[in-house]
Amino acid sequence: MKGPDTLIEREDNWETDMGAWFAGERVVFRGLDVFTEFFDKDWVEIWFFSITGKFLSKKQIELFSRTWAICTSFPEPRIWNNRVAAISGSAKTTGMLAIACGTAISESKFFGGQASFAAADFITRVKTLVVDEGKELVDVVKHEIDASKNVPYGFGRPITNNDERVPVALRLAEELGASDGPHVKLAFEIEKILIKMRYRTKLNIAGFASALYADQGLTAKEFYRMGAVIYSAGMMACYIDAVDKPAGTFFPLRCKRISYEGKPQRKWEN
Amino acid sequence: MTDAGKPRQKDVIHSKIWQEIPEPDNPFAAQACYCSGFDVYGDLLGKVSWVEYLYLLFKLEPPSKTQTKLLEGVAVALANPGPRDLSVRAAMSGGAGGSIAASCLIGALGPGSGQYGGAREMFLAIRLINTCGKDLAIWQDKLTNYEKQDDVKAWPDIEHIPGFDPYGSSCSTPVKQTLDYLSSIEIGEAGQLQWLKQNRESVEGFSGNPLAMVGVIAAAFIDLGFTDEQAEMLFMILRLPGAGAHALEQRHNGLAKYPFFADGLKLSNDPGPVKDNLEKINK
Repeated sequence: MKGPDTLIEREDNWETDMGAWFAGERVVFRGLDVFTEFFDKDWVEIWFFSITGKFLSKKQIELFSRTWAICTSFPEPRIWNNRVAAISGSAKTTGMLAIACGTAISESKFFGGQASFAAADFITRVKTLVVDEGKELVDVVKHEIDASKNVPYGFGRPITNNDERVPVALRLAEELGASDGPHVKLAFEIEKILIKMRYRTKLNIAGFASALYADQGLTAKEFYRMGAVIYSAGMMACYIDAVDKPAGTFFPLRCKRISYEGKPQRKWEN
Repeated sequence: MTDAGKPRQKDVIHSKIWQEIPEPDNPFAAQACYCSGFDVYGDLLGKVSWVEYLYLLFKLEPPSKTQTKLLEGVAVALANPGPRDLSVRAAMSGGAGGSIAASCLIGALGPGSGQYGGAREMFLAIRLINTCGKDLAIWQDKLTNYEKQDDVKAWPDIEHIPGFDPYGSSCSTPVKQTLDYLSSIEIGEAGQLQWLKQNRESVEGFSGNPLAMVGVIAAAFIDLGFTDEQAEMLFMILRLPGAGAHALEQRHNGLAKYPFFADGLKLSNDPGPVKDNLEKINK
């Protein structure tokens, strides 16, 4: 048995290079003095600095920030994470709880966290296998489908197959000269392969953005972590809309809207 | 989304769990609520215990007397992991820091969901135990070459074998007491708990770590017939009472009495005091 030595060593001893607050005096963030080094930074730059430990270029920050602006914060209260923010408003709870709970719901296999991580993991693996190791893309895609029994993450979408965000995000990437990196190229080639294989699954925004970000040097883990805040603007709009309306009026459900499909009525026997 | 809003039948919630009969004067107020066929307020209330109702909600059938006893034992064992547990510490941080009640419980659920002492460890422990069953040779193989059985990539890597305490010297007394008690409840044919009690020292030898409470509870959930998903949910639910109680206690104690670890943080890359911050900014 290894025993508690690791815990004993860490008692009152958190060693870190991430930062600290020197009460009433100053703050250090990844080795930099916040009040001087961050004075002329945008918050988005700090968000990426927190995740990567590097300051990205202004052009990269513009690319990422503008993709968030057009792709991640729809004020559509029926989308699952936004719906939680709207329901929170309708239940008259606080705005922070609404965003916290909506963000928690964003850790989903169909969208948001899990889907983004898996899409980024897939496209970076494909790039390594195809571009770096010379494997055939078709074989790599087929192997992925065989192994997961599904089309790869980053392709297809709930509700509708067509992702209206992709062409707009592509236009933005083109405008900023970021559209012809190896991951983005592979993403569109995979889409063609899937269509040839008779899968009706087009490239979705997680697939496109994960490729775009990978071309800018972000790992799958960094891409995933970056996404923790990006849905907040749409959620807050949904919360405000609902909290400003009478309580409980967000898509109220009458009793008969529960379609019961279970056991017939019966008595409990002790 | 607008395209998807084509005229169609009203959306409904499909459920095998719940049925509601409306009051004659209000379609939004229930006259009767049925849980898997049982009238909750007209029949169950006063007849069933809380854990019987919990079991019914998840399994859709009433538990037997021994299943009730086993789940009751699990619920007591889990109700308060104590104020050193990471989920309870999160709740207490909310309490001491003046956060509202929901913030404390949501705070507890984050760490309480994790792979170190949390619900995902329990989920993984159930998968591991189900793979190994009651075959010591398989246990030896799977514990000496543990491979995580989780296709959700967003979870961080797990650093220890689920169900075992990576920092334990020996199996702690509460874990052994819980295993002793829960395995003493006869649930029909010898279950996973009884097997674990008989083979605890062997599997601990394979894993290199002592059995943890998570491992015992995972075996109990298996004996109760819960799936990994059901057990993951129940584990989080059943551990919230302690989080709530301790959060309130620390709220009343106040910030000043709550640990801040004032001398505990060692910054390895401190650039040092910047005396003339404002001067630099104004340059």
